[in-house]
Amino acid sequence: MDLRYTEEEEAFRLEIRAWLSAVLPSLPAKPASTDWPARRAYDTHWQRTLYEAGYAGIDWPVDGGGRGSSPVEQLIFKEECEFAEAPYIGTGFVGLGHAGPTIIAEGTQAQKERYLPAILKGDEIWCQGFSEPGSGSDLASLRTKAVRDGDEYVINGSKIWTSHAEVADYCEMLVRTGDDDSRHRGISWLIVPMDTPGIEIRPLTTIGGSTEFAELFLDDVRVPVANRVGDENDGWRVTMVTLSFERGTGFVGDLLESMRILRSLTELAKRTGLWGDPSIRRRIASLTAAFDGLWALTKRNVSEAARLGVPGVGGVVFKLSYSENGQALCDLGLDLLERSGLAASSIAGADSLGDLPNAELVEAWIKGISLTIAAGTSQIQRNIVAERVLGLPKEPK
Amino acid sequence: MDFQLSDDQRALQEGIRSLINGAISLEEIRTKEGADDTVEQAWWDALNDAGVFSLLVAEQDGGVGLSLADGVVVAEELARGLVPGPLLSTMVLGPGLADAAGGMPIALIDQQSPNSAVPLLLEHPQTVKSIVVLPHMGDAAGQCRRLDPSTLTLSLVDEPLDPLTPLAVVQGTLPEGEAIDGLDAVGLRQRSLVLLGAAQVGIAEVTVELAVEYAKGREQFGRPIGSFQAVKHLLADALCRTELARSACWAAAVTLDNNDVATREADTLSCSPGEVRWRVAAGAKMLADDAALANARTAIQVYGGMGFTWEVPIHLYLKRARVLAQTLATRTQLADLLSALI
Ligand SMILES: Cc1cc2nc3c(=O)[nH]c(=O)nc-3n(C[C@H](O)[C@H](O)[C@H](O)COP(=O)(O)OP(=O)(O)OC[C@H]3O[C@@H](n4cnc5c(N)ncnc54)[C@H](O)[C@@H]3O)c2cc1C
Repeated sequence: MDLRYTEEEEAFRLEIRAWLSAVLPSLPAKPASTDWPARRAYDTHWQRTLYEAGYAGIDWPVDGGGRGSSPVEQLIFKEECEFAEAPYIGTGFVGLGHAGPTIIAEGTQAQKERYLPAILKGDEIWCQGFSEPGSGSDLASLRTKAVRDGDEYVINGSKIWTSHAEVADYCEMLVRTGDDDSRHRGISWLIVPMDTPGIEIRPLTTIGGSTEFAELFLDDVRVPVANRVGDENDGWRVTMVTLSFERGTGFVGDLLESMRILRSLTELAKRTGLWGDPSIRRRIASLTAAFDGLWALTKRNVSEAARLGVPGVGGVVFKLSYSENGQALCDLGLDLLERSGLAASSIAGADSLGDLPNAELVEAWIKGISLTIAAGTSQIQRNIVAERVLGLPKEPK
Repeated sequence: MDFQLSDDQRALQEGIRSLINGAISLEEIRTKEGADDTVEQAWWDALNDAGVFSLLVAEQDGGVGLSLADGVVVAEELARGLVPGPLLSTMVLGPGLADAAGGMPIALIDQQSPNSAVPLLLEHPQTVKSIVVLPHMGDAAGQCRRLDPSTLTLSLVDEPLDPLTPLAVVQGTLPEGEAIDGLDAVGLRQRSLVLLGAAQVGIAEVTVELAVEYAKGREQFGRPIGSFQAVKHLLADALCRTELARSACWAAAVTLDNNDVATREADTLSCSPGEVRWRVAAGAKMLADDAALANARTAIQVYGGMGFTWEVPIHLYLKRARVLAQTLATRTQLADLLSALI
């Protein structure tokens, strides 16, 4: 049990800190959160900046073009980025966190050369076409069909909840290539260019009023067979590689952001006078303990990943606890705002209070609601913990 | 950074677990339920011979010289085994200090706030040979004092909540005792909080293990109850509580062990290393108290009517968790302590 950093790790931290303080001041202004093309431009600019400095793909292996940093270095990097308030991964998330790592693990040499550098440089943005109107938690029931026609697949069906589809160049798509009832034995993983004829993108408006995700209608969409990653009908296994990646250090940035919000809520409570209410103080104290615990759990998970080479089961435990505590944090934020939390756009507080963070906290509260749904609902995560970690019997099918 | 059990810690964990299962055992412990003295000398000797009580004492003072992080591993195991006695206080104070005060086992009691309306309760009154009194938490300059238990007027409580933790009410005001020079009251309280937290983690863990085993075997509606989601989800949440609390206790122990860690954390949080130590210790016990109490209750729920019987040992863990949760600082006190630091 050791929480000390080595001299090399400390040196790496200082290097990152110095670099961030040099590049961050010249960053363009942050775009409006609902302007997706502007967000894409902002995110890709940042990715390019990382690339030029040699920090792109910090969690990617060297043979994939990444930096191949150890899990501890990844942690340090993400921590420093958060402290310096560097931009988030944003629309780069699917390419850097899912599609890229899948291609590294399962793609052909030609696929690696074609797609990986463009992700690292911020030239190309990916989206994830897994969920369908009829298949969410039960992903293996998906029905979007891909039929071979010569050296092409012809895709028909639809995808839903596809985040930032409007601004994506490629989609990592799961399609049915086996029989209708083949479930996870008949799925393939395809690279689908988003400008292929036959793809209609219909934006969906979230409860936050943003067109963050979309529905994709796929009508005779033709993609080369060469765009398949892994064998035909082996896409489920290929996908699992991707999903386990997400449960590793994927949430470090979110966790640190939550911890920053918690500190700002403490300040807010002190400014508004609600700090004088012991029940508020104790809620803040409980959340502080919980988030400190989640940070310690992250370090355990990172150490486990460093030892085993792959993330362990701790990631699922982390996601469940983090989602619940994240929502409690966001609820606290709204409670502290009292009636000003009814305004989702900025309003000025009384002079003595200074600016109210109401817009930011309302946005966080709304976003917080998706924590227990996106990337596997909390109910599904509990099933996973119960069956895979505790070894309880599976549900009858 | 390698924030996992080291090979040595794993060996220590296994060693203590097999010692408890062999030389002590739950069956033997349960024969002591309701006794005025629930600690068998042979158990105490076995733990002492294994070095449990001198574990945290520096080598130059004749101890084993291990760290609090190692102590946390041992405290988890002692609590998993439901071993009764003033174990954690003897561990944290050490045999040398106990000898100077009148011998082992040694109790650590908290000087209550002068206006507390609740009587002072001493655990294991027939077992302890010496006592150290911690100054009241609000008394920053206070010194630890040693007391001879025979100078106290004690009246045994007829029915302690935990039948394995006998209690006595201390009548009248606590005698002055003798100040102990050089014993850092703040550090002692912080280390004790972390060990108490670790014990709660042990309880949180073992109660879930018992419930999982039961849920695999017990059938209703023609299938194991563990295949019902309502049961699975209770246990999945319980596991999350254990692992969150365990992470916090480990981190707290390492932070108290290591000045560098506390200093760098203080840097990050813009506070003093001393404040970091309080923060991690209070937070760890808070999460661990929550985990132990909630998990023991969850386990009883999973056992159904059987869980409400005296025979099934889970109630003993729940009651022990109550004892630990009420020791040195309650949840509310911990929350107030923590909120004063942020
Ligand atoms: C903000 C956001 C972004 C997203 N981005 C993407 C994306 O980019 N690409 C993509 O492919 N998907 C994306 N998703 C989809 C997400 O993965 C799914 O919403 C999620 O897997 C749940 O599926 P569902 O919405 O169909 O709900 P359902 O599966 O229909 O679930 C509805 C409810 O039933 C419960 N339930 C279902 N099955 C069980 C069971 N076996 N046991 C117990 N309870 C059960 C669920 O927990 C939930 O409460 C996104 C979702 C959100 C909210």
